[in-house]
Amino acid sequence: MSAADNTTAPPSQASRRLVFNILRYNPNDPASVPHMQAFTVEEADSMTLFIALNDIREHQDPSLQFDFVCRAGICGSCAMMVNGRPRLACRTLTRDLPAEITLAPLPFFELIGDLSVNTGKWMRAMSERLETWLHAKESEIDLCRIEARMDPDVAEQIYEMDRCVECGCCVAACGTAQMRKDFVGAVGLGKIARFRLDTRDARTDDDYYELIGDDTGVFGCMSLLACHDVCPKSLPLQTQIAFLRRKMAAQGLQGLPVVGRRLTSSTC
Amino acid sequence: MKTVMTDVLVIGGGLAGLRIAIAAKKRGHEAIVLSLVPPKRSHSSAAQGGMQASLGNVAKGAGDNEDVHFEDTVRGSDWGADQIVARMFVNTAPKAVRELSAWGTPWSRVRGGNHEAIINEQKVTLTERMEAHGLIAQRDFGGTKKWRTCYAADGTGHAMLYTTSNQAVGSGVDVHERTEALALIHDGERCYGAVVRDLITGELSAYLAKATAIAAGGAGRLYSATTSAIICEGMGHGLALETGVAPLGNMEAVQFHPTGIVPTGILVTEGCRGDGGLLRDVDGERFMPHYEPEKKELASRDVVSRRMTEHIRSGKGVPSRFGQHLWLDITLLGRHHIEHNLREVKEICEYFLGIDPAEKWIPVRPTQHYTMGGVRTDHTGQSPWLKGLFAAGEAACWDLHGFNRLGGNSVAETVVAGMIVGEFIADFCDKAENAAPFPVTLAREFVRREEAKLAGILDGGGSASAFKIYAEMQEAMTKHVGIFRQGDDLLAGVECLQRLLAQSAQIGASSKSRAANPELVTAYRVRRMLKVALATAQGAYLRTESRGAHFREDFPQRNDKDWLKRTLSFWPDEAADLPRFEYEPLDVMKMELPPGWRGYGAKNYIDHPDTPRRQEEVDGLRKQMESQGRFAVQEALMPFADKLPASLTGRNERLDEPLEDAQ
Repeated sequence: MSAADNTTAPPSQASRRLVFNILRYNPNDPASVPHMQAFTVEEADSMTLFIALNDIREHQDPSLQFDFVCRAGICGSCAMMVNGRPRLACRTLTRDLPAEITLAPLPFFELIGDLSVNTGKWMRAMSERLETWLHAKESEIDLCRIEARMDPDVAEQIYEMDRCVECGCCVAACGTAQMRKDFVGAVGLGKIARFRLDTRDARTDDDYYELIGDDTGVFGCMSLLACHDVCPKSLPLQTQIAFLRRKMAAQGLQGLPVVGRRLTSSTC
Repeated sequence: MKTVMTDVLVIGGGLAGLRIAIAAKKRGHEAIVLSLVPPKRSHSSAAQGGMQASLGNVAKGAGDNEDVHFEDTVRGSDWGADQIVARMFVNTAPKAVRELSAWGTPWSRVRGGNHEAIINEQKVTLTERMEAHGLIAQRDFGGTKKWRTCYAADGTGHAMLYTTSNQAVGSGVDVHERTEALALIHDGERCYGAVVRDLITGELSAYLAKATAIAAGGAGRLYSATTSAIICEGMGHGLALETGVAPLGNMEAVQFHPTGIVPTGILVTEGCRGDGGLLRDVDGERFMPHYEPEKKELASRDVVSRRMTEHIRSGKGVPSRFGQHLWLDITLLGRHHIEHNLREVKEICEYFLGIDPAEKWIPVRPTQHYTMGGVRTDHTGQSPWLKGLFAAGEAACWDLHGFNRLGGNSVAETVVAGMIVGEFIADFCDKAENAAPFPVTLAREFVRREEAKLAGILDGGGSASAFKIYAEMQEAMTKHVGIFRQGDDLLAGVECLQRLLAQSAQIGASSKSRAANPELVTAYRVRRMLKVALATAQGAYLRTESRGAHFREDFPQRNDKDWLKRTLSFWPDEAADLPRFEYEPLDVMKMELPPGWRGYGAKNYIDHPDTPRRQEEVDGLRKQMESQGRFAVQEALMPFADKLPASLTGRNERLDEPLEDAQ
C-alpha cells in the first residue's frame, strides 16, 4: 500500500461534449406542453448529474426544475430516469454514461415540473396507510431505566432494511405499479418486513395481513423484481418480499377449512 | 389572504423540528411543521457516526457518566458553552437515546465477549461484559474521554430521522412539505407566526401561531466547500436576523470537519478515526501524533482541522488537480468492519471517488461542516428579545457548543433540545396569557411586504444575477472567513460581502413564473444569506482572540480576560450593510468548570481575573464534599435541576450505577 497508487479520479481524458435530452413540462403553467429539450454541457472531472444539472440551470435555463438535497446519495430526493433507468442522479457520474443522456422524471408519482416529482406526498400516504411506525408493546416507558436489550444480529438486520431512503426508484421500476395505482410498492412491503423483524413491535402477522394481505399489497407483486435490481441502497428486497409472501399466505390460509388448507398449501 | 392558525408553528422538518412537534402534540397542542423538502430528506439524515450519550455500556465506556460528558463538552467548546445548558443536555441525552430505542431506532448493540479493535494502530482485544450483551453500543469519537457515541452502523442520523418522522406520522403531526417561511410576523415584542410560500404553487399565506420555533438547520451553504446539504442556507438564522430585534449568537464560530472528501466536500464520518482510522500525508506518514501526542487523530475537530492545514502548509499536502489534500486511511480496520460499521462511507467512496476504502486511502481535507452560531435563546429555547419565538438544533445558539462542538453532540442536540424546548413550548402554550391575539391586520401587512419583494425581483427590471452573487458570496466566505483568519483578510471579506449585498438590490429574474421557480428562490434567499454571512464575517473580524473554531493568526491566544463573552448580532436597520454587535459576558464565578487548558491543542490563553478565585472555590468544594458522592458535589457547584422540565429531571440508570443506589 502506498500513496502513489491512490488517485482521486481516473486519468483525465479529452473532455466530452455531453448532450442532455430533458423532458420538460410544467403542469402549473397552462401554456406548457410536454417536450424534450436538448442542452449541451462541457464535461468536467468527477462531474455528477447534480453538477451538470445545476450548470444547465445557472447558465442555460434558470427555470429547469429538479430536486437535490444532500447530493451525497443519502437523502433519496433526486431519483429520476437516466437513460430509461431509475437512479439517484446525485451520485451518477457522467463518466459512466454515454455522451448523450436522456433524463425524465420518475413515472407513477405526481409531477411537480420537469424532473421534480412529489415522492414525499406519496410516501407519507403510504406510511399512514401501512402504519410504518413502531407499535410499542408498552405504552409508557421509563426513560431513566436501562434500555430493553436486543439481539445484536436482529438490530443489524433491521438496520439493513431501515437503510431505505424512500427515493421511489423501486416503484418507478415496478410492473404492478404501472397497472395499479394503489399498489404499496417494494418500499411499502420493505417497511412491513422491517417492522416484522423488530422484536419491539407488538403487531402480529394477523395485523400485517390486514395491511398487505391483498393485491394492493404483497399478493400484487408479480416477482418481476426490477425493484431489487434498481434499489440504490441494495436492499435485499427479493428475499424479503418472497419471505413476506410466504408468511402472509400462511396467515391467509389459517382462516380456511382444513381440506382447503392442505390443497392450497402445496402451491405456496 | 389564506390564513392558517395553529398552536405551534415549527419551521424545519429535521430531527429538532419534528421532536418539538411531537412534544407539543403529546401535550395537547396542535402543531404544523413547515418543511422545504419531505422531512425524511432533511439534513439530519446525513449525520453518520453517531450521537453522544453517557450510557457506559461498552468496556471502553466504563466509568462514563454525565460529569465526564459535561466536561468533554465544555472543553470542546473552549469554554464558550453555557454550562447550565450543557448540564441540561448531558442529563437528557441518555433519555433521548432510550426514547429513540423504544420508538424503533436500530441502534447497534453490544456483543458480550471478546472482539478485536484497532486502537492507535494496534490490534487489541476488548472484552465486553456479558451483562451488557444486547444493550446499545458506543464507539470512540474526537475530544471525548470515554467511548460514548451511540450509533446505528454509520447511518445514525438517517435511522434517528426515520424513527422520529415515523412517530410524527403516527401521532398525526401535520407536515406541510415544500413550503418555506419568508418572514416572521411580529410587532417587535411578540412573534405571531410566519409568512409562508408554497414552493409548488408560489402562493403566499399567513401562518399564525401561539409559539413559533425555528429548527431550520445550519448555514453551511454560505461556503463553497461544505459537507452540508444544499438546503442548509441559514434561512432560519436569516428570518430571526431580519426581525431586527432577535439577535444571532456567535456566528463567527464555524466548524470545519477534518474529513470532507475531495473534491465534492461530502462527509466521511469521524467514526472512521474513532474506529481506528489514521490521517496520512504525501509521504504516507501518520502525522497527527507529532502535533497532538495525547489525542492524536481524535483531538477535537477544530484542532485536527487546524493541524491538517498546518501540515499542508508545511509542504506535506498531496497535490491534486483539485488542490492539496491529505489521506484518511481506514484500510487497517479490515473489510468486515468497513462493510458492517462504515457502509455509508464505503458507498460514498465507491460512487464519488471510484475507490474501495478497504483497499485504498481516501483523499480528504477540512471542509465547512457546522454552524455553532444561531438564533440566541435562553435555556428554554426562547429568544429573550422576541416573545413566542423559539429555536432549537443547529439553527439555535442555545448555547451548548460554544466555539466548537464535539462530534456526536449535534445530532444528540437535535433530539435533546427537541424534547426540552418542546416541553417549554407546550408550557408556553398552556398559559392563558399566551393565547395569541392572532393579529390579522399585521399578518396582512407582512404578506403584502413579501409580495412586494417578490414582485420587485420578478418585475423590477433588475439585471444582477442571483446565481452569480450566490457563488461570489460562497467564494468570499471560503477565501476570507476560513480555518485560519486574519484582520486584514477578514475586512476584505466583509467589504466584498457588503458590495454583494448592495448588488443584490438589483437582482432580476429571467424566469417570470410566480409558481415553482428556482431562480426566484435563489434570488430571495441570497439576500438573506448575505446578511447572515456579514454577521459571521464581521463577528470574526471584531473578535480579536482565538477560541475553538475561531482562530485568528494575528491574535492566536484565547483571551478570557477580554473575550469570555458571547457575540450578539442584530440587524435593526433594513437599509444597513452591517449588523449591530453587542456582547453577553459569561460569568466565571458561576461555572462548574472554570476555564483552563482543554487537554489538546495549543496551551495558550490569558486567564479571566475571576478564574483563579473560582478555581479555588471549586477545588475547595470538591475536596470538602468528596465523601458525599458526585451528585451532591455537582449540585453544590452549579445547580441546574430546576432549569429542566420536571419530566426530564430524573437520574439515568447504568449497569454500574443502579438507580436505587443513586437516589
